[in-house]
Amino acid sequence: MEDWRNGGFGLYLHWPFCASKCPYCDFNSHVAAQIDESRWNRAFLSEIARVAELTPGRVLNTVFFGGGTPSLMSPDLVQSILDKVRGHWTLANDVEITLEANPGSVEAGRFRGYADAGVNRISMGVQSLNDDDLRRLGRLHSVAEARAAFDVARSVFDRVSFDLIYARQGQTADAWCNELREALSMAVDHLSVYQLTIEDGTAFGARYAAGGLRDLPEDDTAADMYLMTQEVCAAHGMPGYEVSNHAKIGSESRHNLIYWRYGDYAGIGPGAHGRLTQNGVRHATEAVRAPGAWLAQVEAQGHGELAPEALSPVDAGTEFLLMGLRLAEGIDPERYAAISGKVLDRDTITRLEEMGMLTTGTRIAATDAGRAVLNAVLRELLA
Amino acid sequence: MTELSQIRNFSIVAHIDHGKSTLADRLIQSTGTVADRDMKAQLLDSMDIERERGITIKANTVRIDYKAKDGQSYVLNLIDTPGHVDFGYEVSRSMRAVEGSLLVVDASQGVEAQTLANVYQAIDAGHEIVPVLNKIDLPAAEPEQVKAQIEDVIGLDASDAVLISAKSGLGIPDVLEAIVTRLPSPKGDRTAPLKAMLVDSWYDPYLGVVVMIRVMDGVVKKGDRIKMMQTGAIYGIDKLAVLRPQMVDWPELGPGEIGVFTASIKQVRDTRVGDTITHEKKPCDAALPGFKPAQPVVFCGLFPVDANDFENLRDAIEKLALNDASFSYEMETSAALGFGFRCGFLGLLHLEVIRDRLEREYDLDLITTAPSVVFHLHMKDGEVRDLHNPADMPDLTYVDHIEEPRIKATIMVPDDYLGDVLKLCQDRRGIQMDLTYAGSRAMVVYDLPLAEVVFDFYDRLKSVTKGYASFDYQMMGYREDFLVKMSILVNDEPVDALSIMVHRDRAEARGRVMVEKLKELIPRHMFKIPIQAAIGGRVIARETLSAMRKDVTAKCYGGDATRKRKLLDKQKAGKKKMRQFGKVEIPQEAFISALKMDE
Ligand SMILES: Nc1nc2c(ncn2[C@@H]2O[C@H](COP(=O)(O)OP(=O)(O)OP(=O)(O)O)[C@@H](O)[C@H]2O)c(=O)[nH]1
Ligand SMILES: C[S@@+](CC[C@H](N)C(=O)[O-])C[C@H]1O[C@@H](n2cnc3c(N)ncnc32)[C@H](O)[C@@H]1O
Ligand code: SF4
Ligand SMILES: [Mg+2]
Repeated sequence: MEDWRNGGFGLYLHWPFCASKCPYCDFNSHVAAQIDESRWNRAFLSEIARVAELTPGRVLNTVFFGGGTPSLMSPDLVQSILDKVRGHWTLANDVEITLEANPGSVEAGRFRGYADAGVNRISMGVQSLNDDDLRRLGRLHSVAEARAAFDVARSVFDRVSFDLIYARQGQTADAWCNELREALSMAVDHLSVYQLTIEDGTAFGARYAAGGLRDLPEDDTAADMYLMTQEVCAAHGMPGYEVSNHAKIGSESRHNLIYWRYGDYAGIGPGAHGRLTQNGVRHATEAVRAPGAWLAQVEAQGHGELAPEALSPVDAGTEFLLMGLRLAEGIDPERYAAISGKVLDRDTITRLEEMGMLTTGTRIAATDAGRAVLNAVLRELLA
Repeated sequence: MTELSQIRNFSIVAHIDHGKSTLADRLIQSTGTVADRDMKAQLLDSMDIERERGITIKANTVRIDYKAKDGQSYVLNLIDTPGHVDFGYEVSRSMRAVEGSLLVVDASQGVEAQTLANVYQAIDAGHEIVPVLNKIDLPAAEPEQVKAQIEDVIGLDASDAVLISAKSGLGIPDVLEAIVTRLPSPKGDRTAPLKAMLVDSWYDPYLGVVVMIRVMDGVVKKGDRIKMMQTGAIYGIDKLAVLRPQMVDWPELGPGEIGVFTASIKQVRDTRVGDTITHEKKPCDAALPGFKPAQPVVFCGLFPVDANDFENLRDAIEKLALNDASFSYEMETSAALGFGFRCGFLGLLHLEVIRDRLEREYDLDLITTAPSVVFHLHMKDGEVRDLHNPADMPDLTYVDHIEEPRIKATIMVPDDYLGDVLKLCQDRRGIQMDLTYAGSRAMVVYDLPLAEVVFDFYDRLKSVTKGYASFDYQMMGYREDFLVKMSILVNDEPVDALSIMVHRDRAEARGRVMVEKLKELIPRHMFKIPIQAAIGGRVIARETLSAMRKDVTAKCYGGDATRKRKLLDKQKAGKKKMRQFGKVEIPQEAFISALKMDE
């Protein structure tokens, strides 16, 4: 059995446009005056056909429309893409088809159409339940609009998740705790909570470098917020199954689990990444990042990708480990050995276990404390 | 052959940055020694480090032909010397090879500490001195005041000082005339047996060891069999040349002349600066007095960051030592750092220069441990031991008392900063010896422990005086004091490479600063780390580095595992710049930075 089957097979589709650019965001997202949907449609369809040829006979477990803001796509476009997908792959009986949505009223109006096209899960970027903070995050929607959009979504879809960003400017641990409880009371089955990261190349990054944004919580406060989030969510029946993700048991994002369990995934659209096993070797794929350039390349050359990279066993092992240890379930050390051809150092594992960073047994997993400092744990394990 | 009366030999001496090398440029250029198109600023500063830092490290000699106003042709041998106090040895040996000095003084700065030090050396060497006031193009230049200062402070007649701008070339003809008319010609006997002074030697990758000599008596030619009188070694001269500044083959060198030769000598260490060179068959009867070899005064350990680089480090040090006999090295083992070398240097700049060259030219990453001086341990059984490394400090019960080297430091400083300078010297356990004024500048002389100076005294002096003070020192011998070894414990384990010798009264203060610094320098780990300073078993300062609590990528970029893997690889590379001590990783720069007292 090829190793990717341990994780499954999914398809990621990237829609690179947003109504405005949020100041903290370093995703491949752009504001465009005009978008020629029919050109994009053709490009996506041709890429789907191309990638399907590389993965004959595979059953597709998940599809994920990410962004950018995929809820800016018309339901017709989503329909056309999903029809094409169904035409090329066999879909699993329990296929999960997620679409990321921004919580504006316009978007909410399209939810019915997405459901009709086959989407069965929505992930909504609520970000905060506090209007002042939404403004500071540069969001276009208010809390009330977000709630309204969310209500529409849950009336249409069984599975609805939403995203929150914490460790915001001036935020205290107490304030976050209250906000989180409120969020949990409206949550359906899944919640993503991300600590605000100041990224280079964003408006926040520039302000921070210039000495601004000094009222961000200190590292220790952020760490307290993180651990508190784990406790509060778990107490509410939504334990953290990944560093930033919480769900009722069985309601985890199956698509994201494919990444973390190091399955195979095809990435289509500007800047999309993929991992595809070909002839027994995992390949890293990456698409051209700029939307216009991607489109032009697909049209001119029949594909939108940069040269795929065959991953060495060591690099693949590293990826397996760094993705897998994000999960509460951890990893199977035998899989690591099979992928990388190496074994993890026994003494290091014992030492990390003694420090309370890892638990061991048939699987190796990071504890809550270990997941909070996962980069350091990985540096030790891979030293 | 050049008549003695047509030769002038001189060194250019000055305080650092007063324009020696720039004056040398102008002399070389205006006499046509180097074509204009081959000229570049500070031509003689040919080492990378010299060019980068804009300072002279090694003395350089050039032979110049000059047609004077009296219609006669002269041969001038010029030696450009370094200004920095660490390389004072280069200045003193250069002076032995010549009869006169151009004393360059920056007319906007006036007399500084090395100006004084150089004058005293020139007087010792029996030199005729021509004062040259440089940088008169600067608006801040005050030639008249500086002349008065030279007369007051140094006691030198400055009425005939030559006023120049080495930068623009103004006054250069006057300098050349002053050299010819005011400096003496050398003496010597062409018919006597060969007697030449070994002034300098260096390693040239193409030619091997190159020896620079000044002929006193007799004549030396290519092919001659010569003898080094101190070492007794005999060589045949393969190549004889003069420097202009490139080597130009030369048939013979007679009295008063300066030149170089090669003779299949393997190492610079086989040559003794100050040695007397004579003919094997017809030797001279008395050797020249010779000079004291340069003594390393600052010691530190150099260890490879990556223990696997030890052999490469050994190679690199041996190669560098071929060319620089003034630094010493011996193998050292540290419990914490593994194998490395204990190296001795002429001063801190010398240390930095050597370390830079090792890292750069040999592509090594090095850990430099706390610089230390040589302490004398007087043992109870009467034995006296040299202690180069605090880690080697024996059990105190065997030690009767400890002596440390002291220096006489001369500091020139504008009045306004005098208070700060006195405080600094006092803080460093100095004893004031003298305080005099010349106009608005004070000259303070302090008796200071070298140990308090080697590390960051010069930096501190610069910063408290905004760069207006200048500093020079001489060794003064050893004196007993209440010295103790202070150890640093990280996570309860002593890190030998961080232990230092301190005065008992200063130990708490030093210890506190060091543990605070280390707390800043050591990155957080997954556990908390106590950092302590201790004397014997007694802890005198303590800090705790709290555990790292958050270090994880929050977001998920649509399966972009590459980005995460690259990030991890980068972090792992950063980890390589650290050294593991028990469970703790200490970054390489911590070993030096922890010692800086910048309160
Ligand atoms: N304005 C002005 N600047 C000068 C003059 N002569 C030298 N300088 C500058 O002073 C600085 C130091 O000059 P150098 O010739 O390197 O001084 P140095 O005495 O050889 O320095 P060390 O060898 O490091 O002791 C350089 O930036 C020169 O350009 C001058 O006549 N006028
Ligand atoms: C790809 S974004 C797309 C979602 C959608 N466009 C939106 O903004 O609502 C996925 C999530 O990443 C989170 N995110 C983006 N930038 C972040 C940052 N700098 N720090 C923390 N979380 C961030 C946000 O919660 C966002 O909803
Ligand atoms: S956070 Fe979402 S809406 Fe904002 S710019 Fe990024 S992708 Fe677009
Ligand atoms: Mg110079």
